[in-house]
Amino acid sequence: MSKTYYSKSHEYVTVDGTTGFIGISDYAQNALGNVVYVDMPEQGDDIEAGEEFGAVESVKAASDLFAPVSGAVLDINEQLIDNPRLINEDAMANWIIKIEITDPSQLDDLMDEEEYKAFCESEHK
Amino acid sequence: MNKKYYGKVIFELSRPGRQGYSLPANGYDDALSALPAGLLRTEAPMLPESDELTVVRHYNNMSTNNFGVDTGFYPLGSCTMKYNPKINEEMASLPAFTSLHPFQPSATVQGALEAYYTLQKMLCEIGGMAEFTLNPYAGAHGELTGLMVIRAYHESRGDMKRTKVIVPDSAHGTNPASAAVAGLKVVEVKSLADGTVDVEALRPLLDDTVAAVMMTNPNTVGIFEHNIPEIAEMVHACGALMYYDGANLNPLLGIARPGDMGFDVMHINLHKTFSTPHGGGGPGAGPVGVRAGLEQFLPNPRVVKHQVSDDSIFDLDFGTEKGPHALGRISAWLGNFAVELRALAYILSLGKDGLKMAGTLATLNANYVKESLRDLYALPIDRVCKHEFVFDGLADKSTGVTTLNVAKRLLDHGFHAPTIYFPLLFHESLMIEPTETESKETLDEFIEVMRDIAREAAEDPETVKNAPLETPIRKPDDTAAALNPVVTFSELCVNE
Repeated sequence: MSKTYYSKSHEYVTVDGTTGFIGISDYAQNALGNVVYVDMPEQGDDIEAGEEFGAVESVKAASDLFAPVSGAVLDINEQLIDNPRLINEDAMANWIIKIEITDPSQLDDLMDEEEYKAFCESEHK
Repeated sequence: MNKKYYGKVIFELSRPGRQGYSLPANGYDDALSALPAGLLRTEAPMLPESDELTVVRHYNNMSTNNFGVDTGFYPLGSCTMKYNPKINEEMASLPAFTSLHPFQPSATVQGALEAYYTLQKMLCEIGGMAEFTLNPYAGAHGELTGLMVIRAYHESRGDMKRTKVIVPDSAHGTNPASAAVAGLKVVEVKSLADGTVDVEALRPLLDDTVAAVMMTNPNTVGIFEHNIPEIAEMVHACGALMYYDGANLNPLLGIARPGDMGFDVMHINLHKTFSTPHGGGGPGAGPVGVRAGLEQFLPNPRVVKHQVSDDSIFDLDFGTEKGPHALGRISAWLGNFAVELRALAYILSLGKDGLKMAGTLATLNANYVKESLRDLYALPIDRVCKHEFVFDGLADKSTGVTTLNVAKRLLDHGFHAPTIYFPLLFHESLMIEPTETESKETLDEFIEVMRDIAREAAEDPETVKNAPLETPIRKPDDTAAALNPVVTFSELCVNE
């Protein structure tokens, strides 16, 4: 049974055991507008919670991606190289990187679905 | 408008063998035969072939498609699209300047060197700096040069730990980009709700790994950073330098100086603050100034003045006089010289009092437009602004009309759109910078149209969402253009 957590910088991590799928939230893709490029790390790279691991470029802006938790990159979503617009079509299904989570306790610092919804509403005021 | 639109490219007009010019006979065949075969062309380059009248008509028609500050109001925030007085063009077009060659002996270019030297000294006076280089080609090039100066300063003291540059979250995207190109790591500092830098968020970031703090003042939301003296003190206490991004120097001309605020290194966008045409990528000029004590790190060549009895002699210095720390060349020669001449003409024709009025009027115009529209557009930062300000879209968000729609609808009314979706502090940023050169009548016309669009958004939102309705090309697919850019005619032919 997987569960999804969110960061304040609008990345999500969907956790299945010790595997995490990291992407940007639907709120983030909507705020960014049409995505034209996704800058991703390479398989085998280590990412660190709170640190930048890539970037998403849209017609409006380029935004850094920050890792919600630390881990080792198992895979990247190669479909996004040729078709970055998939993120706009379904941000939750189209994760950006797949990682092996090294410290599951970091998930405690993130928001669940409910908390994140409230957070986005407070942001939009 | 559609009927008048001219949409051809010169390659479409090309017909084999047609020409309007005969080239002189090639007298270099011997030289060509000395070149390695691999470097010689085997077929002619793909150049358009056309007669003179066709070429003249083509470019004249093209020029009528253009929208510029000479044809209409251009309130593009953060870009300072001020009017370029024609006297600047006249001065920069003087044959005595346009026919110069960089390899001429300096004795034969004394006037040009004096112009460079004079402008350099004037910028020192305006910025409160000890010395300027005019060599960088543009604003971001100036930022890079300034950060290289800062790095050279730290390294000259044997302080190799300073690898971080602190940049506010409201900064122009060029700041983090320049820092990265200079080999430094970017650390972002948050802004307060009023758009100014959060001093308490900055404090814990300052340690002995920080090379510099980059700031824009007034910042990118058009608000004066009133905590600068305190910030400068904190930054200097940790051993780092203060960098002033001169993008928004315009409202401070003759009133406040970055050097007096505690900045150590700064750049100026001559093409913004001191008129000179820009847009579409150039040409620009990004002079870099430094406070006393940092002069030796500036790049070469420099223009120096020697006093020989009663005469001033100007010369180029390639580094012999400045010691081992100078950066060397960051541009081929003395920067975009014609842009420098335009800036000099602008300063000399306005004079000290005129320059002071430029910033004052730019500030007045921005506040006038802001106060005239704030009931219909959301004003996230409710303060007296400087030369520009930011709305967060329409006040009434229920219609679904976005900032993009408003900007596109403005095109139907013959105005250039303001800057949209920058700064990133707000979701629906609409950034307006009228500049000092616009008359009250033009500002009133713009205000009227902005009010009409807000009214239309409430009554007939679909029309605004479908805008522009009257431009020759209505809705170019900017996403497709970013994903698959077609930048040459031959690519276009392949695609078709």
